[in-house]
Amino acid sequence: MKTELRRILAESARLDVPIDTLSDSDDLYAAGLSSLATVHVMLAIEDEFGVEIPDHMLTRRLFSSVDSLASAVEELRRQQAAA
Amino acid sequence: MNAATQELEASHLAKADRNAAGRSETELLEAAHRVSAIAAKYASAVDKEARFPAEAVAAMRTERLFSAMVPVLHGGDGLPLSGVARLCEALAQGCASAAIIYAMHQSQVVCIVEHGANVQWQRDFLARMVREQLLLASATSEETIGGNMRTSACAVDLVDGAFNIEKLAPTISYGKYADCILVTARRHPDAPPSDQVLIVAPGETCTLEPRGTWDTLGMRGTCSEGHRLIASGAAEQILPVPFSKIADESMLPVSHTLWSSVWIGIASDAVNRAHQFFRNQARGKPGALPPSASRLAQAVTLVRMMQARLRESLAAVEAAQRERVARQASLADDIDAPLTASIGLASDLNMLKLAISQSAVQVVQETLMICGMAGYKNDTPYSVGRHLRDLHSAPLMISNDRIELNTANLLLAQRAATGDL
Repeated sequence: MKTELRRILAESARLDVPIDTLSDSDDLYAAGLSSLATVHVMLAIEDEFGVEIPDHMLTRRLFSSVDSLASAVEELRRQQAAA
Repeated sequence: MNAATQELEASHLAKADRNAAGRSETELLEAAHRVSAIAAKYASAVDKEARFPAEAVAAMRTERLFSAMVPVLHGGDGLPLSGVARLCEALAQGCASAAIIYAMHQSQVVCIVEHGANVQWQRDFLARMVREQLLLASATSEETIGGNMRTSACAVDLVDGAFNIEKLAPTISYGKYADCILVTARRHPDAPPSDQVLIVAPGETCTLEPRGTWDTLGMRGTCSEGHRLIASGAAEQILPVPFSKIADESMLPVSHTLWSSVWIGIASDAVNRAHQFFRNQARGKPGALPPSASRLAQAVTLVRMMQARLRESLAAVEAAQRERVARQASLADDIDAPLTASIGLASDLNMLKLAISQSAVQVVQETLMICGMAGYKNDTPYSVGRHLRDLHSAPLMISNDRIELNTANLLLAQRAATGDL
């Protein structure tokens, strides 16, 4: 899943540095993630994983690292499977 | 402690409280009207000569209007944003350049008030700003960067707690006349363009070298020439919060709402002139309405709609300010604040700016048709040419083209675009 997330970030996040130079826990905002770019990252994630990110999960914490995005997607998939 | 001393103490406290309280909105609005009357006297000369509205700005200083929005705790009047918007509206009816200068000053003050109060140097500067009624200006644009204020080329170079900075700014409004300039820059020499900080640079810490001229269609009194700015000082002058946060929470909300109130004030003054002209026309021919009747109705309808639209955004910004204070009080982390709220506010403010900047021009266009040649001429009580020229700056101050793209982008994040009544 992190491979897909990294591809999405490379395509949509418009970071100041290549995503390959960041670890899974590195701060994406510190790497130049803008609020406008988070919108595109969100849409790409929803499309890729077939989930809808609810408003209450949309926080800076969600977009803060590859790790936090991955755990959110996992959580949403689990909820979908249970529903 | 006996009853008498207790009473004495209580009366002392009451007195201290009274002294600490700011002026009421009514008092401040009366002061703004006095300033506006002075500004109106010189508005035509300011426009013709493209000179700084020195008389109006001096009157603002005498009336201590520069600290109206500063909290009482720091010596100001603690006027809420909606009140400051009314001051701007009143000032704009006298002189558009003077009013937009006042609005821009406030959008700088709020950055220090909301993001600097934890730093001793910033608190001291705020006290000095109130005491001496200093005028604050902004240097966000940069030559190699263009109009996007969210990126910088110049960088802070901190050595032993002291910084040096040099910036080529294509415009610094009233830079030459400001007592302090707030400057954006990259956090350090290796920081990416979007990793910005905001530096508070009082006059004694910076020098300005003018570059270029300010001979424009309107807003000629803002004297927004380009400058080479060189500043140096102590690390405490750099606000401790990233500029992206300062811009989103403070600078942008305050500038978009206060600019809008200035534009509404300019349009209102033109409508008042047209209304007067219309009544005089009607007096000349009792019983028959002048042919421009429906235009007057349209123009007034539009101004009322603009005022209502602005009130909506002012309430939203004030609510966001309250929420932020509550979050800080409960020590909640910003990182868990819902992005939909901040995205919603950002797109609302964008749409406010689009709506008011466009309709204000449209309103004055109508008043020109109502006043006819008397409006077209520059030297009658019904002249609205200056109003029209001044308002043509509104769609350009942060280009509406850029704001439309940005808004559409923000709308992508929202499940329901229009919201509810």
